Amino acid sequence: VTELDNMYREVILDHYKNPRGHGVIEGADVEAEGMNPLCGDEVSIFVSFDGDKIEDVKFRGRGCAISQAATSMLMEMVKGRSAQEVAALDRDELLEEVGIPLTPIRLKCALLGLGVLKLALHKGKGTPLPDEWAGLAEDLELK
Amino acid sequence: VAVTTEAKLDARKLRADFPIFEQEIHGKPLAYLDSAVTAQKPRQVLDALRDFYETSYGNVHRAVYSLGERSTAAYEGAREKVARFVNAPSARELIFTRNATESLNLIAYAWGLNNLGPGDVVVVTELEHHSNFVPWQYIARRTGAAFRLIRLHEGGELDLSGLDAIALEGDVKVVANNLVSNALGTINPVEALAAWAHDQGAIMVVDAAQAVPHRRVDVQALGCDFLAFSAHKMCGPTSVGALWGRRELLEAMEPFNLGGHMIRKVELEETTWGDIPQKFEAGTAPIAEAVGFGAAVDYLNEIGLAAVEAHEHELTTYALERMAEVPGITLYGPPPERRAGIVSFNLDGVHPHDVAQVLDSEGVAIRAGHHCCQPLMGRLGVAATNRASFYLYTLPDEIDRLVEGIDKARRLFS
Repeated sequence: VTELDNMYREVILDHYKNPRGHGVIEGADVEAEGMNPLCGDEVSIFVSFDGDKIEDVKFRGRGCAISQAATSMLMEMVKGRSAQEVAALDRDELLEEVGIPLTPIRLKCALLGLGVLKLALHKGKGTPLPDEWAGLAEDLELK
Repeated sequence: VAVTTEAKLDARKLRADFPIFEQEIHGKPLAYLDSAVTAQKPRQVLDALRDFYETSYGNVHRAVYSLGERSTAAYEGAREKVARFVNAPSARELIFTRNATESLNLIAYAWGLNNLGPGDVVVVTELEHHSNFVPWQYIARRTGAAFRLIRLHEGGELDLSGLDAIALEGDVKVVANNLVSNALGTINPVEALAAWAHDQGAIMVVDAAQAVPHRRVDVQALGCDFLAFSAHKMCGPTSVGALWGRRELLEAMEPFNLGGHMIRKVELEETTWGDIPQKFEAGTAPIAEAVGFGAAVDYLNEIGLAAVEAHEHELTTYALERMAEVPGITLYGPPPERRAGIVSFNLDGVHPHDVAQVLDSEGVAIRAGHHCCQPLMGRLGVAATNRASFYLYTLPDEIDRLVEGIDKARRLFS
């Protein structure tokens, strides 16, 4: 198995071509968006809550297979969990799910969706923000 | 002056000058198709750097001792070489900077802040690299000047039909354009723009970072007022670039960086500036890098720029033809006769990062991203493109490998 086959293993291509939780939640409680300025990957995430529980979560975006597949996997991972739990989600939990060797540049692609989701939770529930988003929070309006 | 009539180079032979090609990437020979972002370095340049450091290094212009003299002679000798390379009327008009970006910032700040104001118009194009776009946008905003764009035709070439309308908006004071687009390879009609700029009483600023390494550039023939370029894109070291400017403009300008070496006299109340080019070279210069820059100029002169240009033209023509065979590919930019050795493309349904990743696994290095041209990406309606770019060491079979790699990405994602 080559490095490339590893990176674009079947499950990544499947999530890229058939993203889970893809779309918009009309009347979502909160919405956040983010981009990776290096490559222009874009992800918007919509969340509706039932109390502190993430009742539904969807995303839309455009970008590389890694960023879109990782966000798709994330949607499956977090639905039904509490905002606090997901806000504290270790990135390794997602990276294990993604399960491929990533260079530092591609790591940013894989973690874009998680950052945007944490931003949404911060806006919706006041949970702590990941450091790399802290400076941006004020620019993004609560919907 | 040696005239190269039979412009032909042997890329396979030249590759032996470049130690970087002695390695494999993922078990395959390195096909480096990203020279537009930075070029690889030949032994001749690496040896010149090492030799200078080992035998002649000292700070320039100040020391009384022999090393200082030797170092100064090498640094000023490099200035002569680089100035001659772009046919500058005088080496005094050639300023060493950190890179083309710093050269362009120097003009925007040192000329722009004192010559622009409300009612004035700054004109750039949709095709600019951020380095010739952002400084002008910023200085226009700071001075209250209007900031206007020359738009693009569908084919990636400038649409000059809007110039008259721009001229009606105020006093056009600056026109800034790249001679060759880093994103599309378009060769721009800089002579025509310079003539128009001068008709308006404006200065013409040329970003030649993608041109000087690849074709003969003559500042006098272009009729421009400023020309910026970098050493690292022409086989030279990083951290040194050049700005050529018309003497009377440079002499009338305020300095950019202030400090040591750029002064004539410092008194408690006031400081007067040194002559050009020193006025613009504050602090310890990139001395060895400038010497390496000179060595790169020697290297390119030895091969002949006409041969480099012809070689890249052949490669580009071949690449455009071969790449068009791939189903689902979109090629951006003009036909080969008006294009330098740069090919931007997208593959249907596959993000450029993924294309570049697949190609890397084949040992083929290309760039994926916005190429520091977000206004252009907006115009093309994409977030990013793939870009392959060629140089004197690029081989036709590397283009074959590029095309096979793109097709592999297509099959993987289909």
